[in-house]
Order: sequence, then C-alpha cells, then structure tokens
Amino acid sequence: MNISINNKNVWAGPGETILQVANREGIKIPTLCYLKEFSPTGSCRICVVENEQNGQLVPSCAFPIYEGMQVQTNSPKVRRSRKTIIELLIANHPQDCLVCVRNGNCTLQDLAAEYGVREHRYRGERRKGKLDLASPSIERDPEKCILCGRCVRMCHEIQNVGAIDFMNRGFNSQVAPALDRSLNTVACVNCGQCIVVCPVGALREKSSQKPIWEAINDPEKIVVAQIAPAVRVALGEEFGMEPGTIVTGKIVAALRRLGIEVVFDTNFGADLTIIEEASELLRRIQLGGELPMITSCSPGWVKYLEHFYPDLIGHLSSCKSPHEMEGALVKSYYAKKIGVDPNRLFVVSIMPCTAKKFEAQRPELGSDQPDVDAVVTTRELARMLRTAGVDFSRLPDEPFDDPMGESTGAGTIFGVAGGVMEAAIRTARYYLTGHDMDFIEFTPIRGLDGVKAAEVNLNGNILRVAAINGLKNMERFLEDIREKKSAFHFIEVMACPGGCINGGGQPLPYDPEKVRKRAEAIYHLDRTMPKRASHHNEAIQKLYEEFIGEPGGKTAHQILHTHYIEREAF
Amino acid sequence: MRFIDYYEQKKSADEPPAGRFIVEALENFSADQQSESEIQQVRKSVLLENISEPAILIGMGTCGLANGANKVMEAIEKELEKHQISAKLIPVGCVGYCAKEVIVDIKRPGELRISYAQVKVTDVPALIESTLVKNEIYHEKLLGVYYPDGALMDENLPDINSIPFFRNQQKVVLANCGVIDPENIDAYLARGGYQALHKALITQSPDNVIQEVIDAGLRGRGGGGFPAGKKWHFARNTKADQKYLICNADEGDPGAFMDRAVLEGDPHRVVEGMIIAAYAIGASEGYVYCRAEYPLAIKRLEKTIAQAKEYGLLGEKIMGSDFSFNLKIKKGAGAFVCGEETALIHSIEGKRGMPRPRPPFPAVSGLFGKPTIINNVETLANIPALINNGAQWYTGIGTDNSKGTKIFALSGKIVNTGLVEVPMGVTLRKIIFDIGGGIPDGKKFKAVQIGGPSGGALPESVIDTPVDYESLKSVGAIMGSGGLVVMDESTCMVDLAKYFMTFIQSESCGKCIPCREGTKRLLEILERLTHSYKSERNPEEALLRFQGMMYLERLADVIKNTSLCGLGQTAANPVISTLRYFRAEYEAHLYDRKCPSGHCRELLTYFIDTSKCTGCTLCAIKCPENAIIGEKKGPHYIIDERCVRCDQCRVNCNYDAIYVR
Repeated sequence: MNISINNKNVWAGPGETILQVANREGIKIPTLCYLKEFSPTGSCRICVVENEQNGQLVPSCAFPIYEGMQVQTNSPKVRRSRKTIIELLIANHPQDCLVCVRNGNCTLQDLAAEYGVREHRYRGERRKGKLDLASPSIERDPEKCILCGRCVRMCHEIQNVGAIDFMNRGFNSQVAPALDRSLNTVACVNCGQCIVVCPVGALREKSSQKPIWEAINDPEKIVVAQIAPAVRVALGEEFGMEPGTIVTGKIVAALRRLGIEVVFDTNFGADLTIIEEASELLRRIQLGGELPMITSCSPGWVKYLEHFYPDLIGHLSSCKSPHEMEGALVKSYYAKKIGVDPNRLFVVSIMPCTAKKFEAQRPELGSDQPDVDAVVTTRELARMLRTAGVDFSRLPDEPFDDPMGESTGAGTIFGVAGGVMEAAIRTARYYLTGHDMDFIEFTPIRGLDGVKAAEVNLNGNILRVAAINGLKNMERFLEDIREKKSAFHFIEVMACPGGCINGGGQPLPYDPEKVRKRAEAIYHLDRTMPKRASHHNEAIQKLYEEFIGEPGGKTAHQILHTHYIEREAF
Repeated sequence: MRFIDYYEQKKSADEPPAGRFIVEALENFSADQQSESEIQQVRKSVLLENISEPAILIGMGTCGLANGANKVMEAIEKELEKHQISAKLIPVGCVGYCAKEVIVDIKRPGELRISYAQVKVTDVPALIESTLVKNEIYHEKLLGVYYPDGALMDENLPDINSIPFFRNQQKVVLANCGVIDPENIDAYLARGGYQALHKALITQSPDNVIQEVIDAGLRGRGGGGFPAGKKWHFARNTKADQKYLICNADEGDPGAFMDRAVLEGDPHRVVEGMIIAAYAIGASEGYVYCRAEYPLAIKRLEKTIAQAKEYGLLGEKIMGSDFSFNLKIKKGAGAFVCGEETALIHSIEGKRGMPRPRPPFPAVSGLFGKPTIINNVETLANIPALINNGAQWYTGIGTDNSKGTKIFALSGKIVNTGLVEVPMGVTLRKIIFDIGGGIPDGKKFKAVQIGGPSGGALPESVIDTPVDYESLKSVGAIMGSGGLVVMDESTCMVDLAKYFMTFIQSESCGKCIPCREGTKRLLEILERLTHSYKSERNPEEALLRFQGMMYLERLADVIKNTSLCGLGQTAANPVISTLRYFRAEYEAHLYDRKCPSGHCRELLTYFIDTSKCTGCTLCAIKCPENAIIGEKKGPHYIIDERCVRCDQCRVNCNYDAIYVR
C-alpha cells in the first residue's frame, strides 16, 4: 500500500497502523497508553494525527491505514490537540516532580517538555486518591495515575491476575484494587509488571534502602550482599550504558564502595537450586510423586498458584528460590565458617524483582530470623549508588567473595525465561547417564516466547518439559493438571514475560528491545563461563561434603526447602 | 378464544406452524370463505369490534402510571363492582399525549370508542355513572372519539385525530401505541402484525430485504443517522459462524422517552423488526439491551418474547422456514455511555462498559468478536411497516435525504408534553407550536435543546429549520434520538450548558483523556461564570474566570476532535451551540456578573420597591442573615453584602414589593 505521511510517500503493509509506519519512517509520534504487544485501546489520544482527506484526527496507534491515505503528524490541529491533552493531564496531576521517584524518567514530564507547556492553562479540582503503601512490594499513588490503563491490561491480559481495574466513572475514575482496598489485601502476586509499564510515578516498588543503610552504618552488623543473574545485564542502563552491557565486576566493586562487607553471587544459589531441584525431580519420577513438578524460583508465580490454584501446590518444587537458599546458608554455613553469630549477619538481595520483597517476608523462609533481611531492586541499587556518589562506569571489575562466589553458566541462565529448565536438564542428564550432554546448550526452550515445550531423551526415558513465562500462558497447563490430563513431567514458570531480565524491578522505561538485549547478554555470559553445569561447581561440591550431605537429605530439607500456603482468590 | 386456540382446533398434520398459519389466515380471511366466520370472529373480538361487554382501556405506560393510572384503575374496579357492571379492563401503552394522562377509553358494545383525558380518582364515580350506567357522554373529561374509517361524525363529539396534537402527526411506528393491549400478541396480529415477517421470510431473500431497506433510505434513529441497510449489508457480507443482532434500548438522554413508549406500547413491533433484521444479516441470536430503569418495558418485553415463542415466531425454524432466531434481554445498569455501541457490547460481554476504537466496526467484529448489528428501538420498529408497504411507500414520507417519520419526545416548558411522530422535514416551529401547543404561562420561547446532551440549543431564529439529519447539523444541533426540551425566557443558557456538562462529566466512562478531564474543566469554567465576587476565595479566581472563557472554545474544540467515542465527540456541543447563539448571555455573566434570565442565583441582586413596601417587617423576620433593615410601617432595605439570595423575602412578601435584577 502507498500512503503519504507529512507529504512524503511511503510504502506500508496491509493491516499496519499509522504509528507503525511512522516509527519505521523515523517520525516520532508520542504515545501514553500504547503497548507494543497489546491490542491498542486508543484511550490516551495523545497519538492523534490528522487525516488530510477529511480533516479528522485519528489515533495513530489504532487506525489501520488504507491505500492512498494522507496523514499529517505535525499539523497545527495535531499540535494543539496534543498539547491540550498534556495540559489536561497536568491539571489533574500533583506536579510534585521534584520528589517523585520517576523524576527524569517520566513520559508525562517528557511530553510536557517536548510540547513546550509553559503555563497552567486549565486549573481546577484534582482527583483525590488514597496512597497505598501497605504492600511489601508495590506502592500505589492514585493521584499520579493518568489512567492510561497499561497496568490494568498487563495485570489482566498477560498476568491473568486482575488485582487492579478501573473503578468509578468520569472524573472520579481511578485504577484500584476491588473496593479500593490495599494491594496487599487482594490477590496481587507482586510481580511488578504494572510498574514496568507505568509511564508515570503512580506505581513504584516499596523502597528497602533505609534498613540497608542502617545495617551498613551499624558496626555490629556484617552486611552480606548477593546479586541475581539478571541484575548484571541491566544495571548498566541506569548509568547510560548500552542495554545488555555486562557489569558483574563493577557491581561487586560498587557494593564494596557502599560499605558492604561481603559480596556473594546468587548464581551460586541458582547452581545449588539445580542440584536440589534435579534430585527432587528424579525422585518424584522414580517414586511416583506429584507430576508435573513445577519450579518455584519465581515468587510471583508461587503466590499466583497459592491464590488461584491452591489445590495444586503439591506440584510446586519444595526448593526455596536461589537467593533464599543462599540467605539461609549465609546464616548457617557461612556464619559457622567465619565463627560469627548469625544475628550479626544482614543479608541483602539485589534482585530484578519486586515479588522477592514479599517473599523475603514469608515467615516460613527463615527460622528465628529471616533468611534474607532486605531485598532491593536493580533500580533501587542504582539510586543508592548515585546517593553514595559512586561513579559506576569508572569502577574496576572485582571478583566475588568466597565461598558463595563461584558459579557456572547454568546458574547464570536463571535470569532468562527457559534458563532454569535448561540448567536442570544439564544436570539431570548427568545424574541419569553419568556424563554431560554433548552439546551443553538445550535450545528448544530458549527465546522470549511465552510457551515453549520440548522432549528430552534422558538415557532412553522421555522427559516432557515446558517453559512458560507470563502467567496467563500457564492457565491452560494448570487446567490440564487439575483435570489430570497433563503429560508433562517438569514445567518452568516465570511470572514476568521473558523471565527475570524483564522483572518488575528492572530499569525503566519499558522497551521490548532492551529485554531482548539483556537476554543475549545472559546467553553470552553462559557461553564464556569455564563451567556450564551446576554439578561442576566446586564450591557446591564442597558445601555438600562439609555441611549438607545428600541432596534432598535431612539438612537440605531443613535449610534449602520450604512449604506453601493456601490463599484465597480475594 | 385466542388465535392459537383457533389454530389448535384447525391444524391438521401438514399444517404450517402456528404463527405462519395465523398470519396467512388473517391475510386471506376474506378470500377464504370457509374459515372467515371463525377467524373473523376472533379478530373482531380482539379489535373490540365485536364485544359483549364494555371495554375500558387505561393508559398505563410509565407516564400514565406516574399520573396515578394504578389508582384510577382500582377506583374503576370499585365503581364497576358497586354498579354490578361487568366490563373488561385493558391496560394499554402511551398514546403520546402524556400531558393528558391518565387517559381512559371506554367502548360499549356496538358503540364508538370514546377517549377521556386527565381522569383522576375523584372523576371515576361520575365517569362510570354517566358512561356505563346512564349511557351518556361524560363531557367534562372528553378528549375525542375514535371514528372508524368513513364513519359519520357527530358534531358534538370531536374526532380524536382532529385535535391539533394528533392532527399534525403521522403515526407509523406509534400506530398501535395506546390503542392496543401491548401484552396481547393477538391484538398485534389482528392489526396486521407479523405480516411483514411472513413476507420477508417466505417470499424474500435476505439480500432482497437488505435491498428494500437500502432503497427505503432508512437511517439509524439512535442519533448518528447511518443508513441501516448499508450497515446490515456489511454484516451480511462478513463471513462468520455466528452473528448477533442487538436492539439498543439503553435510552439515556435527559428528556428522551421515545424508545420506552414504543417498548411499553407496542413491543411486538420491535421484536418483529428484530426478527426481520436478524434474518437479513443471518444472525441466530439477539439481545435487547434495555436499561434496568425501564422495568415496565422489560416486563412487557419478557411477555412479548414468551408469546412470540408460543406462536412459533421466535425460536427454531420460524414460520416453518430454515431460519432460527433466539432473543434475550440484557438489562443495562444505568450507564449513559453503554448506549455507545462498543461500550454496549462490552457490557453484554460482562466487562466494564467502555468504548473501544473503531474500526473494526461491530458489523465486522462485535459481540464476542462476531459480526454484530446494533440498531436502535425506533429503527427496528420502522422495519415491519417498511417491509409491508415497500420501499417506494416509505420514500414517499420525509425529505430527500431523511426518509420516513421521526418520533420526538416533547418536554420542558411546553403545553403538550408528550410523544409525537411526524414526517421528516416538518419544521421545529410546527412541532413546538402547532403540535406542542407552544409555551405555557404566556412566556416567550427562548430555545429548544434537540438531541440531548450531544445536541445543541436552537433559538427562535432557526426554528423554521426542517427536522432532517443534514439541516439540523447545519444549525449546530443533531437529530439525536429525538428528545426536544423546550425552554422559555426564564432559562439561563449558561446554566443549561452547565447542566449538560454536569451530566456528561459524571457519565463519561473515564477512558479517554479529553472526555474525562476536558469535560470537567469545561464544567469548572462554566461554574466560575455563575459565581459572584463573594464566593471567590482569592483574587486568582477572578483571573481564572477570564482565562477560562478565553480557552473555552479551544478546549471544546479539542474534546470534539480527539475524543474516543460519540459521547466525548459530542460532549461539548451544548457549550458550542449556546456560545454560537447566546454569546451575549455568556458575556453578561462574565463582564457584568449578571444573569439576564434571572436564574443564576449568585448573580442576582434583591431590591425592595419602597413604593410598594408597607413596612410589615415580614421579610426582615424571614431573612436568615439579618440582611433586611427598616422601621416598622416604614420602607425596608436589603443590605446586599449580607444577602445570600435565599429568596425567602420575595416568596414571603405579601405586597410583591421585592424584585430581583
């Protein structure tokens, strides 16, 4: 099809929208409610363009082109309309940018600057809303909300949770949990994908910086930090680096600059998880346990199952998630090793995830004290480094501390959807056959697709596996399991689309292209690791010898395994 | 005996189903000598032409009920019992003359049907005694007489159709309303009902039906005026395993009650129109989306659907054809925006009623993603007459681009409040003054709001505009669904715009920014105009008044141009049209802080005419703010700074000494 944009003839494919064509041609059209992978809702109207043939303004995100169409993206009518829309949003906004978490990283702020808003043309009543700070993971500030509906679509269409939705009408409309209750009293799984897609500061993570600063400054406390696999390929973005830049060594150095005494790698915990999980899987298959077994690394997913399919919690692997395993070991194995009272150890997990904040508070994860004391997201760590004046890009690369600093490529790929499954297959194969795979990479379950399934031949036994990301994609698998129709043995689930690299705590704003680059970086890391299967991790072999004994044994169960709780859907 | 009983007696093994049999028998009763006597007997008794006891028909539409029709009916029953008279009481819908409710028609065997208006409970004993005991006419409440065609008229008994209110109307859709028992399918059948369905289903292909509707030029009566046949054509041409037909009965404009009257007065006509439309587009399932605030309409629709099923006119293999159609009622929860077709679809799907961008249009992807046609009640009610009489007949009514008739609901400052059906192209003046009887209390006409909150207010200077889609648009209004709210000189046009903005602002679904945020700001600008100095808390407020006025049109324009759905795109129309015709009134509010109509309370000043004041002190006693001073038996004065414009002094003054400026 041939159409004309701003008097320039361009080619366009049938079914394309004006926005898609314009973006390809390098013409920027502002958007607020638009999300690439979703069907357009056309609600914000900021992307309107003028149809030259009839003078009408049409939303470029939703309007399909037709042969011979002529549009102007920058006519006086378009500019005036967009500016008015921005002014209307500002008129109903707290305008407290200086104290807003999204200051400098906010679509509304950018638009106001781009369209030269210099006065408050419309003034009047502002919508009132209750600040919702009660959730351990996510804070809501309804007064900042511009009602673009991206969070609602994410929560419903991708995550199948429906914890928030529109309520009330007209000027009183707002996005809120049912009956305007707090997020922590409804079936929110804390995945934080709402934050990822929020263009303004209406949704943000609950900050955990304060207790960490306090622990750092407390001479009695020894602060032990650990870094999740997906953080090392994303934190650089916060400091102007290319998406996908690997900054592992710099993070270690940066944490030491903050005053953190010990820096471990959560990849160690991931390797350990594989040892326990692969053993558990084989045991379930051999002894006839509940199948399929489903991974439990993603705390958003775990809570989802507890809320909506409490009858199926027996299918969850009883393994704690990697950072919880590692936290538990810091407070037992490591404390004993360095001869320190566990109460003096303060474990900080740096995670791409908001749900980990809730997970760390689970009473079942810890004994007299929690396994992990504080969880900060990638974004929060960046803020702490900026506060401390750490010049991140100029830091040297430093190594992790022993003994929980050693890891393999298998632990690294935990950061991307399908990675846990691939890592588990590498080790399960070894357990069953006694030797490693010829090709260590298991590619059928790679990629950012929401549903990936494969069959693995393990010593003549066919293992049917699937890797799912985005909770909505799991629905039909769960229904099959409920009806006892599932043919799978092992399913990996990541709550967030794409896995941890696109977690609710990762740098903003959201861009699917950035996510792809983070995934590439993770696989690059795996390829360059000297060891690529968890059972080759020598520190872990030593850990079993010195402390745990057998995978799945008594000590393992005490320290590395957990149980789950039946919750209600509302 | 009912038609279906007659069918049960007559049917043999290879007889067609009940509905088809009855319709064919009624069509052919004169030719078919054999069955004439029996079906004719049933027909005549249903039409009250052949009755053995008096029939009393009471207007029991919502307007009748609001005027006490229930109590009148009880009183009639009591009187009948007292006089030991056996009579048949038949509740009917609204004949349109709402101002004259409760309307009671009395027909004695072998005599004419006589209509009495404004019957109150206290009138009932005299009414029953003179009409049914003494066999006289009760002249006190006489409205008119239904003369059969060609009957000799009595000079003293006016023909009901010669009354100005009815004389200028042309009833096509409303032909049965207020005349027949809406809850009796036989009454509808006896007046030619379901013959159009028979004609379409048995003798025409769906494409023929669509062509007929296209040729007739029927345009959607819900507001937009899109050609109905063209819309059907889109749906027909979309391939799908399932298609839906929806009747939009979510009438929500303030001052509009056309659809309600049709549903209450002649629901079978709507259902027949729906079945024909479904046949044309190939839909096997249909919904009537009716607002829950219309309980009587819903109750009657339920009965109608049950009766149509009993007669085989709904359900599987209708009239023995291959066409099947099932109909459900979906109650709307009272959101104005659910009258918008995509929001309505979401509502039926169980989602929040919010519109979505079009395309894709519902005719391609609608309810549950299937091709769906949504037509308004009045559009569908036009179909039976259109199919029966053909496109040529239909195009004979109306103007070049607007064919057929249109129903209007007259309300506001007008003598004959009610429902009228006129051919397209008559002038607003004719509707308001000839049919509507003009403005009551000797006041002057000021404006008429046409098209509800989406329409515009038209002044005297343009009320000779013919009512058709294009003409109304050219003067800044829209046809809309047909609400006509008449305003006299005491109405303030800024206040009118404020009223509609309040309505729209709270009925916006909240989805798109211009509508959600913009209408609120428009409302605030209008509110500031009607404020006095006193209520302004800080000096900035005065600045905002002027600033608001400066940006009023700019904002209205953006809302109009950028909103997602029809609600938002037309939301600013009341502001735009009042600005166009009554700018001076806005300026008086803005610059002089005066309301020329004397309506905006904060802008009024109260005075005492000292030549009339007797010094009775009553006003000073009644004043809650001690704003009135004066000696006993001497003239009094009002201290404006203290006055809160509560109006108590003016209302209580016995000497008309207090006036407002």
